[in-house]
Amino acid sequence: MTHTKISMAQALNQALRDAMTADESVVMFGEDVGALGGVFRITDGLTAEFGEKRCFDTPLAEAGIVGMAVGMAMNGMRPVVEMQFDAFGYPAFEQVVSHVAKMRNRTRGRVQLPMVIRIPYGGGIGGVEHHSDSSESYFAHTPGLTVVTPATVADAYGLLRKAIEFPDPVVFMEPKKLYWAKEEVDLTESQPGIGTAVVRREGADATLIAYGPAVPVAMEAAEVAAAEGRQLTVVDLRSVVPFDDETVCAAVRRTGRAVVVAEASGFASVSSEIVARVTEKCFHSLAAPVRRVTAFDIPFPPPKLERYQLPSVDRILDAVDDLQWEDS
Amino acid sequence: MTTVEERLLPSAEPVCLIDQNGVPHDHPSYRLPTKEALLDGYTQLIRGRRFNDQASALVRQGRLAVYPSSFGQEACQLAATMVLRDGDWLFPTYRDSVSIMSRGVDPIETLTLLRGDWHSGYDPYEHKVAPQATPLATQLPHAVGVAHAARLKGEDTVVMALVGDGGTSEGDFHEALNFAAVFQAPVVFFIQNNEYAISVPLARQSAAPSLAHKGIGYGVPGERADGNDLAGLLAVLGQAVEKARAGEGPQLIEAHTYRVQAHTNADDASRYRQDDEVAPWLDRDPIARLTTYLEQQGWLDDDVRAAAEAGAVEVAAQLRDGLMPEPEVDPADLFAYLYAGQTQQLREQAAFLRDELAREEA
Ligand SMILES: Cc1ncc(C[n+]2csc(CCOP(=O)(O)OP(=O)(O)O)c2C)c(N)n1
Ligand SMILES: [Mg+2]
Repeated sequence: MTHTKISMAQALNQALRDAMTADESVVMFGEDVGALGGVFRITDGLTAEFGEKRCFDTPLAEAGIVGMAVGMAMNGMRPVVEMQFDAFGYPAFEQVVSHVAKMRNRTRGRVQLPMVIRIPYGGGIGGVEHHSDSSESYFAHTPGLTVVTPATVADAYGLLRKAIEFPDPVVFMEPKKLYWAKEEVDLTESQPGIGTAVVRREGADATLIAYGPAVPVAMEAAEVAAAEGRQLTVVDLRSVVPFDDETVCAAVRRTGRAVVVAEASGFASVSSEIVARVTEKCFHSLAAPVRRVTAFDIPFPPPKLERYQLPSVDRILDAVDDLQWEDS
Repeated sequence: MTTVEERLLPSAEPVCLIDQNGVPHDHPSYRLPTKEALLDGYTQLIRGRRFNDQASALVRQGRLAVYPSSFGQEACQLAATMVLRDGDWLFPTYRDSVSIMSRGVDPIETLTLLRGDWHSGYDPYEHKVAPQATPLATQLPHAVGVAHAARLKGEDTVVMALVGDGGTSEGDFHEALNFAAVFQAPVVFFIQNNEYAISVPLARQSAAPSLAHKGIGYGVPGERADGNDLAGLLAVLGQAVEKARAGEGPQLIEAHTYRVQAHTNADDASRYRQDDEVAPWLDRDPIARLTTYLEQQGWLDDDVRAAAEAGAVEVAAQLRDGLMPEPEVDPADLFAYLYAGQTQQLREQAAFLRDELAREEA
């Protein structure tokens, strides 16, 4: 296949299409995913192409959606379900935490749940309340869940294909503000698997560790820093759980300084976990405490105030400047 | 002795006192509202419709982030509040701006959420209107709690809890009905069945004979009404409110109406429904039929029409004027309302943002 210019939304749609073609047991369901094609059009055309049995609308109940997916996965299918928005996945929390995450463990591995919960997440789209949450930390904190999040179009395709093929349940977090940006990609090109972080940019001076919607901001910051004479490495986690200690720590050891960038609030979050791990594992390589650029510890703001909450290039550069480049 | 079924099941047909041609009908259980009530309703409908039209126009001009219109559902919006007393509570959703405004909430404050300057614009205690709920059906257990607390305190408050057809599928809807029934809480659960939950038609939402039938399993009496007949709605909701107030416990009312427009301005309804499905509903418009009826009674004189039009013009002007200037938003508010007392961490974060903004300005 040659390179095509497509958006993340289109790549996700293609991944679902290809997965459903490749494996008859893959079924897609949720709210408005049928005729409408999902409010973000990620399931566009799937019902028309594969029929009602393979892609269908459910009654409006997230606990029901996830609970039914558990049962279908127990009975030989590979369900992919959509939570319409981050915060509308919360009614399903009990199913996710008490059953999706624990089934393998409870049954000594006898019951596996090869299912994917797709969640559009994060801000930057001017959504009113409950439409911009970063809910990844709730899931990452729950043992038994695999949590991945793409930051590029190629990864959106590759990671979703891998998530659907994965033997365990995957919470697949889609940064909704990246849905529409197009990239030139070759979807047939193989991507690293779940559990692997990748270095998006090499630089000797410090490492930015980011995931999901924060990755493009970190890349932009690295660009600006380079122009100002400081070379930054950017690591894209891709997979929050399992966490790729090796790639992250190798980058931090090479550069001796690090800033974690995340769109979620910082307190008790994925970003705090990253700082803890890096500090525990790379302490003697660090020339300065690891810094974080995260959202404030407040509910996601209304549209008119959201720009204050999102990580920015300036905040990242300020944090980098703060990495004790010389003794004060 | 009435049987359980007679007590709990809804009427065989939705109650309709004035049909779509403006023709009045007798009903064994419900009486036509008074002339005064219908004229008041007419005035409010005209104003409510204009509110919807103006808000939709302002969305197109970028003055609102989003507007889920109740165009065509105004009879439900207004009947829900016309049957309440001052001390009663309303629990609305994102679609119920007209209802909220009709309780006396300032139109601009009503739209704060949808304008995007804060999550909710009005003081819920001032007019006893809970913040609009976006997570579906989650407001219903709160409504039960408010009602139960009122009973414990010896007050005769009634709570009007609004929900859509789609919302009745959520677990919270069922838990709320059950709690209300067990505690005999004075809640009127009012379902605006507009046939759609975004793209999903009612037939894909529920296999129940009607949504009002969902009451019987919980021991809650169900009733259904033509949702575009203000007269029927006033009668049915009025009776439900009085029963709840009299200690007869929760009531479940389903209004059969239709979402004439797309889910919101961001939605494209042509992807999931045909225009010829919409057309017959335009003939059932709540304003047209009431107008015909009032005209035939000889009650719709120039004064009433002029007063109604004046109310509509006023609310449209309020929206235009109030939404035109960019809202004043203060970043310090981000940290102001999380806890009764400020935490050390939030103080630090607020200071961080203050410094950042000061540097930007310098
Ligand atoms: C818990 C939850 N899940 C999903 C959504 C997304 N959503 C917003 S409105 C809507 C449809 C609601 O339909 P209905 O209850 O019939 O109300 P209507 O919009 O027709 O007034 C959906 C799915 C939500 N707001 N909350
Ligand atoms: Mg509806």
